[in-house]
Amino acid sequence: MAEKQPIQVILDKCTGCTLCVKACPFGAIEMKDRKAVIDLAKCTLCGACVEVCKFDAITIEKKEKKAPVDFSIYKDVWVFAEQKKGKVQSVAYELLGKGRELADKLGVRCCAVLLGEGVEGECDELIARGADKVYLVDAPQLKAYQDDPYTRVLIELISKYKPEIVLCGATTIGRSLISRVAVTIRAGLTADCTGLDIDDKDKILLQTRPAFGGNIMATIISPDYRPQMATVRHKVMKELKADPGRKGEIIKDEFPSDIYDSRSKLLDVVEEIEETVNLAEADIIVSGGRGVGSKENFSIIRELALSMNAAVGASRSAVDADWIPYSHQVGQTGKTVCPKVYIACGISGQIQHLIGMKSSDVIVAINKDPDAPIFSVATYGIVDDLFKVLPILTDQFKQILK
Amino acid sequence: MDYLLTEEQKMIKDLCLQIAEEKIKPLAAEYDEEEKFPWDIVKVLAESDIFGVYIPEEYGGMGGGVMEMAIATEALSWGCGGIALAFAATGLGTYPILLYATDEQKQKYLPEIAAGKKLAAFCITEAEAGSDAGSIKTTAKKDGDNYILNGTKQWITNGGEADIYTVIAMTDKSKGARGASAFIVDKDTPGLSFGKKENKLGIRGSATREVIFTDCKIPKSNLLGREGLGFIVAMKTFDHSRPGVAAQAVGIAQRALDEAVNYSHERRQFGSTISSFQGIQWMLADMATQVEASRALIYSAARMVDSGAKDIAKISAMCKMYASDTAMKVTTDAVQIFGGYGYMKEYPVEKLMRDAKITQIYEGTNQIQRSVIASALIKEGLGKKKR
Amino acid sequence: MKIAVLIKQVPDTTDVKIDPKTNTLIRDGVESIINPFDMYAIEEALRLRERFGEGEVTAVSMGPPQAEAALREAVSMGCDSAVLLSDRKFAGSDTWATSYTLAQAISKLGDCKIVLCGKQASDGDTAQVGPGVSMHLNIPQVTYVKKIEKIDASSATVERMTEEGYDIVETPLPALFTVVKEINEPRLPSLKGKMKAKKAEIPVWGAADISCDECMIGLDGSPTRVVKIFTPPPREGGRVLEGEPSDAAKELASLLKDVIIG
Repeated sequence: MAEKQPIQVILDKCTGCTLCVKACPFGAIEMKDRKAVIDLAKCTLCGACVEVCKFDAITIEKKEKKAPVDFSIYKDVWVFAEQKKGKVQSVAYELLGKGRELADKLGVRCCAVLLGEGVEGECDELIARGADKVYLVDAPQLKAYQDDPYTRVLIELISKYKPEIVLCGATTIGRSLISRVAVTIRAGLTADCTGLDIDDKDKILLQTRPAFGGNIMATIISPDYRPQMATVRHKVMKELKADPGRKGEIIKDEFPSDIYDSRSKLLDVVEEIEETVNLAEADIIVSGGRGVGSKENFSIIRELALSMNAAVGASRSAVDADWIPYSHQVGQTGKTVCPKVYIACGISGQIQHLIGMKSSDVIVAINKDPDAPIFSVATYGIVDDLFKVLPILTDQFKQILK
Repeated sequence: MDYLLTEEQKMIKDLCLQIAEEKIKPLAAEYDEEEKFPWDIVKVLAESDIFGVYIPEEYGGMGGGVMEMAIATEALSWGCGGIALAFAATGLGTYPILLYATDEQKQKYLPEIAAGKKLAAFCITEAEAGSDAGSIKTTAKKDGDNYILNGTKQWITNGGEADIYTVIAMTDKSKGARGASAFIVDKDTPGLSFGKKENKLGIRGSATREVIFTDCKIPKSNLLGREGLGFIVAMKTFDHSRPGVAAQAVGIAQRALDEAVNYSHERRQFGSTISSFQGIQWMLADMATQVEASRALIYSAARMVDSGAKDIAKISAMCKMYASDTAMKVTTDAVQIFGGYGYMKEYPVEKLMRDAKITQIYEGTNQIQRSVIASALIKEGLGKKKR
Repeated sequence: MKIAVLIKQVPDTTDVKIDPKTNTLIRDGVESIINPFDMYAIEEALRLRERFGEGEVTAVSMGPPQAEAALREAVSMGCDSAVLLSDRKFAGSDTWATSYTLAQAISKLGDCKIVLCGKQASDGDTAQVGPGVSMHLNIPQVTYVKKIEKIDASSATVERMTEEGYDIVETPLPALFTVVKEINEPRLPSLKGKMKAKKAEIPVWGAADISCDECMIGLDGSPTRVVKIFTPPPREGGRVLEGEPSDAAKELASLLKDVIIG
């Protein structure tokens, strides 16, 4: 007997409408004699075709699962409060904002997890920003982030207190840490979520994230494992206004010293300070792309930025050409920004760049090429030579902001 | 378009185009402006085994022939005709060794050339001996177990940068055309010096210098072939290297064509792109056809040379002449299509026009090529019976 | 000494475009390439082999049969050998199952002192597989490595990139490193390498070849599941400001004035 395939087309139901062919992000479906045929070599069982088929002609089978585990002992929404040099990072507050919302929908508590040395003073702010509890582990070995101790401590806390959801910032620390925790405790982890919500029926976390460079959005769940874990990039969620009147609990934990052991040693921390205006926090960003043409020409971008008190960003082309350091790069492999105003100069608007800035409130595009994709997302566009437009714009803003 | 290349030839072409696109093209304008010698590209080519494409396997190469050399040269020249010369002129300087050296000499010199560790240069031209190569005055006097070279060679590509020089010098003036011999001279030989770098119109990413011999003593084991073979060595070398020059020309022409086609899509006048104007379309059509014809002639010549055919002078001369004339025309047309922008150094085509010119001049001027072709035709005609 | 490099074949997303009429991906003519970050991992592995003066670099990839092309490219750059993990049973793997499967393969290779990968893949972008593999193998990891300062048979001192600069971390070996672009400049393939890659035998390992627990691979091994795929509502284009540069600029300035000052 042929082995049962994990995904099958019920030929009787298939009408050859080709909706599934169009929906498949992996090009795995073909029409043969007006029936859908799925190439198992390309299929990743993502389920897009199942969703879109109006005739229920495609089924995905999973093996018989063991009886569903009772997850009712898992409660609460946790937010990992990343700290650097004893200060909680703003991404944690953004996550508390979201965590608060999710906890309210579930009718559970929203808690922060803080690891560090001498960081107890940060707890009040965490509570003011939405945490009902702060799980605090304060030890000298936790002063700065190290993979082993942080991983072990978080695993201990999770197994002790059993949260149902754990959120963490998708920072260099967050991504290293959470992946390790998720693998060890066998939890589902979704990275770089742009949307988080609670399913009304099943009360599980719905995690939405972009894929294929942002062309496709996927909603992901981890129904059979706890906690459900997700990372979120900086500036995607909104933090709550601090309410100093909020009350909360601080729960301190301590662990035997071998938990804090680290196979690797942190020898030094080196800071390289670049520009004065922090790109990720800026309200206004002026960005330059390939159209700027040279390192020297970037001064025209900087001048406009200066006139508006804006930060300077760049597309990958400009960074790869060495016109401006990588710390200014906006996009899929650079920073995600969400300013009030994003002015893209000489940037064509490739998908990889758009991912990094398309949630800006107002997008302005200045480009010679009327067909540049950036115009399709721009609130305002000027089809002209940036070298002609920018000096005038700079002048205008100098006058306005005098 | 499928040129029916073998898999290995396609590999060479793809890799060289990748190098041209990723490594050479970004540097071309700067190296042209500043006359920089592309040692960094030499390193990339060496690491990718490009220098060995036309050198036999037993000496560390890939075992290809003129066809492989032409394919590599065209692709690299697409990136920059000047930078590509570090490779192509080394080929010219290596052919005397490939064609006339003893196994011992080959073992000594070829492996390092194949590995890209040493560059080569060919020295025949002198101030008073260009097309009239027979009038060279550099002498090589036998002195016991050595030869002593005296004289000055002019306009030598890779001069001063190469480690290996193949030199044509007079050993016996009284013997006229049979009075020259070919030698290998190492760079560090005492008595070998170089003139200043010449300030050229084009191919400025290559180095051109005088090569000066002042009582330069070389061992007799550095003689290539026999005494008296010098001009034969030179002629045979050119027969093999001319498809390479032609390939350089076609690479430059192809680049000019590509730039012109792209530009014509972008530039709008009178409400539409200039690519929609018949005048431009016809120019592009002619340019493209001439480039394809040049390429076909080069491949024909290269395959013939590699097949071991004896009478290769005519086809070699034809492909060099045709491809270089094509390059000059196509690059000039490209500048025309770019209009005012084509005249500006900010745009890439004026450099292509400057680079193309030399291909009509060196390794035998196109006038000499025509003479070679005509001689061959006449000889063939005399040999044929009247129908 | 063995060095393993984990690579992934991905679509060249610089080529991927959306069909504006249907809002779906145009897949024709999109080439498959080695995940760009993995190129840096391959290069670093080759440099480590050069630094040690000995060693064997094996490229490993989990994917459909066509991923073999990516492994051949890795060999043409200089990797000594390659292994493809391919089996229908691996289909549907999320990052947990993928990192488990890769870890089992590395264990089978045996004796890997160093495991290298790119920081993330350009299609999934999760950056989870590297750390996942290190946990399954129970070896220390350092992520976002921008320089391997010192290395010998038992430990390495590396620079780990952070948002503010970098940390200097010392770790015992064996260890796993995920690397960033700043670490090196990947070499081009060589002709000899391409010839070798053409002839190279690349074994395909299925679930039966690596000792794995079947409920930890593929769809069944994946704690996360995709329930919905949709195209995001396109952000709408707005107005194009017409006229001479000076007029357009002035209009823009007045439009933005309130947003900026307010």
